[in-house]
Amino acid sequence: MIRIDFNRLRFLVIDDNAHMRRIVRTLLHGFGAREVYEAEDGAAGLEAFTHYMPDIVITDWSMPIFDGLELTSMIRQPGANANPYVAIIMLTGHSEKKRVLESRDAGITEFLAKPISAKALYQRILNVVVNPRPFIKTKTFFGPDRRRNHNSSYVGPERRKGEKADVIKVQPLLDKTKSSV
Amino acid sequence: MPKPKQPALDEASVQGFKDHEVITPTRNLKSFGRKAKIRVDEFGFDMEAIERAEAALADLSGEFDDWMAKEVERLTKARDAIAATGLNADTRSALYSAAHDIKGEAATFGYPLAARIADSLRQLLDGIDDDQAVPLGLVLQHVEAVRAIVREGAKGEDHPLAIAMADQLGAATNQKLIAITGAPSIAP
Repeated sequence: MIRIDFNRLRFLVIDDNAHMRRIVRTLLHGFGAREVYEAEDGAAGLEAFTHYMPDIVITDWSMPIFDGLELTSMIRQPGANANPYVAIIMLTGHSEKKRVLESRDAGITEFLAKPISAKALYQRILNVVVNPRPFIKTKTFFGPDRRRNHNSSYVGPERRKGEKADVIKVQPLLDKTKSSV
Repeated sequence: MPKPKQPALDEASVQGFKDHEVITPTRNLKSFGRKAKIRVDEFGFDMEAIERAEAALADLSGEFDDWMAKEVERLTKARDAIAATGLNADTRSALYSAAHDIKGEAATFGYPLAARIADSLRQLLDGIDDDQAVPLGLVLQHVEAVRAIVREGAKGEDHPLAIAMADQLGAATNQKLIAITGAPSIAP
């Protein structure tokens, strides 16, 4: 079984609602996280992202200045910041399917609908830690591979041109301790 | 607060294809998970971590009634602004934001039926773009229902009157949306 070393993970929680930030922070500290930073809108969130270099960003969708979707698009800019591959969990009250697809297409890593629970949040974090996905870059998309599963019974057109891309092996992590030396 | 140490920049491996690239970041979060003998639930989740988080949230729950009251106050102010100036971009935005936050938080605060009614209000506003076409009477009924549930402390999911209000407001919202837009709410 996998135990997550929460005490080494750095989180950034972005939500304009102070109550929700407090709830998420409480859950993360309960899991064992020590480093939890907060921001109250998209602009402050982007600044905090650049400053703190979090391992996992947990962002709301609806926020002033720019929203969680726009924030995700700004982070998912190869070359524009130090870690465009950062794990992003969209935590939102918007639970409609079109919203899920829209945020997936903006490049989020996981989607979590409010109301939040300890178990649901843990599951999303476990998934980003244990099952990292390769990133796909096209003319119109940059983000985690949207194909989570290989569907052998799929009979539609192949939308990615070229050779099969589903055999890419994920490289082992550069240990955080080593990388910060 | 001092700036934390910056981890090394990522060097990703890139595999090119005709119309896309597959990028495998060398830095992922796998080293933050390790095999251990831990107590797990039916999904394989670390039960101790989850129980600690739930206990921490339970410790915080003494604040929830106060927080819920503040959210209802926001909703009430938004209602009053509509009564004073009518529905326009600003008043609609304030009402939508208050309803949206209650939809997301009220269940955590112990008021899942208030969350349901707030969601119904949100769907009503989402479904009708024209301010003049929004049925203000139904909007106000939603607001009053949320206020009543919180005022009466109708927590949980089994308060008969609160259930009846949530059911009827949900049905009325769907009927209005069908009558005005030809389609029910898009929410699942």
